[in-house]
Amino acid sequence: MEPRPRSFWVLTAFFCLFVLFLYGPTVTIGILSFQGESGGLTFPMRGVSLHWFRELFQQQQVGDIWGAFRRSFSLGLMVMVTTVVVSVMAGLAFRKRFAGAGVLFYVTIASLVIPSILISLGVGLIFGQAGLTVHWATSGFGSQLTWTLPFGLLIMFAVFNRFDPSYEEAARDQGASPWQTVRHVVLPIIAPSLIGVALFGFTLSYDEFARTLLTAGSYNTLPLEIFGMTTNVTTPVIYALGTLTTLFSFLIIGVFLLTVWMLARRRARLGSDAGKGV
Amino acid sequence: MTTVARGTVTGWLLASPLVVVLAGFLVLPIITIVVVSFWQTTEFAIVPAFSFENYEFLFGSAVTWKVFAATFRYAVITWALTLGIGFTVAYYLAFHIRSQNVQIALFLLCTIPFWTSNIIRMISWIPFLGRNGIANQTLLDWGLIDEPVEWLLYSDFSVILAFVHLYTLFMVVPIFNTMMRIDRNLLEAARDGGATGFQTLVHVILPLTKPGIMIGTIFVLTLVMGDFITVRFMSGSQSANVGRLISNDIGLLQYPSASATAVVLLCTVLIMIAILLRFVNIRKEL
Repeated sequence: MEPRPRSFWVLTAFFCLFVLFLYGPTVTIGILSFQGESGGLTFPMRGVSLHWFRELFQQQQVGDIWGAFRRSFSLGLMVMVTTVVVSVMAGLAFRKRFAGAGVLFYVTIASLVIPSILISLGVGLIFGQAGLTVHWATSGFGSQLTWTLPFGLLIMFAVFNRFDPSYEEAARDQGASPWQTVRHVVLPIIAPSLIGVALFGFTLSYDEFARTLLTAGSYNTLPLEIFGMTTNVTTPVIYALGTLTTLFSFLIIGVFLLTVWMLARRRARLGSDAGKGV
Repeated sequence: MTTVARGTVTGWLLASPLVVVLAGFLVLPIITIVVVSFWQTTEFAIVPAFSFENYEFLFGSAVTWKVFAATFRYAVITWALTLGIGFTVAYYLAFHIRSQNVQIALFLLCTIPFWTSNIIRMISWIPFLGRNGIANQTLLDWGLIDEPVEWLLYSDFSVILAFVHLYTLFMVVPIFNTMMRIDRNLLEAARDGGATGFQTLVHVILPLTKPGIMIGTIFVLTLVMGDFITVRFMSGSQSANVGRLISNDIGLLQYPSASATAVVLLCTVLIMIAILLRFVNIRKEL
């Protein structure tokens, strides 16, 4: 192997700084959430304690964070399942190059790039004018889908652009119906990518703020609750909450990545019958 | 039925859930905003009307122009910084990392923050930038400053810093994606032709990476243009951008006025994207 050029070391240093920049602040509040009882929002640490985590579990004056967490979790699951199903269906649809597909594609892209506050405002206005009450599971749910579905669809495009159609032709030649082809050939092949779509669906919903702001109604989701806390909580309890929810996000990401990895291994082990004869 | 027509029917049937969501929660809300932007506000309610009052007020106010200018400034500065950092990081990952496993691991390392909470990531700058924060303490210890610097937190500096922190990965991912598709033989050809590493970068890699740069640009510009929460939080409510103008009006229940501003913002963003899309075909790049 040829020796590394000097630029490699410069760029490595740059990359390390970038990673430090990305994770440094998060690690800092992680440390500060163990601040002693008399400590404040910045260093120095005045002792080490679990005081602020206890606060989270006991004191109710910081708001209904556990209710907010439950709502965000349920909403995340709802958005995740819907995103996966709708994206796969739409992904299959776009392969048929139907008339009007171009328009639908650009509307989906518009959904991705439109300023979030417009969705919040517009959906809020519609519900207000129609005399309906905004609720996280109705208006909030729909508004979040306008953010997760474009990501889901873009992933499906990436997947189907790399999909070898000869698998389907083989299934058809064997007499499989279109539904059987999808169910037994296409879906199993794209399954690992669907885990990616699910990851986007859940985490983007769990952390979504702007589109839920005017559409969640009187029961806050977790990001809304945390944002409310920033204006009136001036103790490290907010760091404790931040640390917990970040750890939770890491856990979710870890579970998804592990699943993808295990599926890939299983496929590598069982996927090919080459050399086994008939 | 012809094959084409049948394909169209199945296509629309399969796409129908997507159509329903987009119609109900994207198209209809935008139509509503456009309609309401012509309504009027009385003391107690908003009333249907067809009046240009909101727009006249909007364009007649010096504040509007200043705020739009500030929004563009945030967008351009953030774009330049995220592009510089994002391109460098993507270049390093794509061309300097030889093992594919290491490449995937480092790429994930760069993208994981995308799946965590933006609000928390903003809050985590407080212990760094505050008056008694790490940055000030370090500068004091090194003797570079005599007293704590005030403009680190709750200033335009911290707003831009947060934007770069939040959105650089929107540049890294598409640029990395395009770079990975560059035929490695082209780089070898450039080297055989006597090009230095830098010449290869400027004359081969950079032009071939343009589509990725365009997609990243669209992401970063629209996210910054439409933002209202980063500016509010990181400037300590001292700076304004268009998003905050809208959210302030919403807070005062001035929906028609908020809608008019929203329509102008939407048009601005769409024009910018239309221009950028002339340079790239998104569907080809996935």
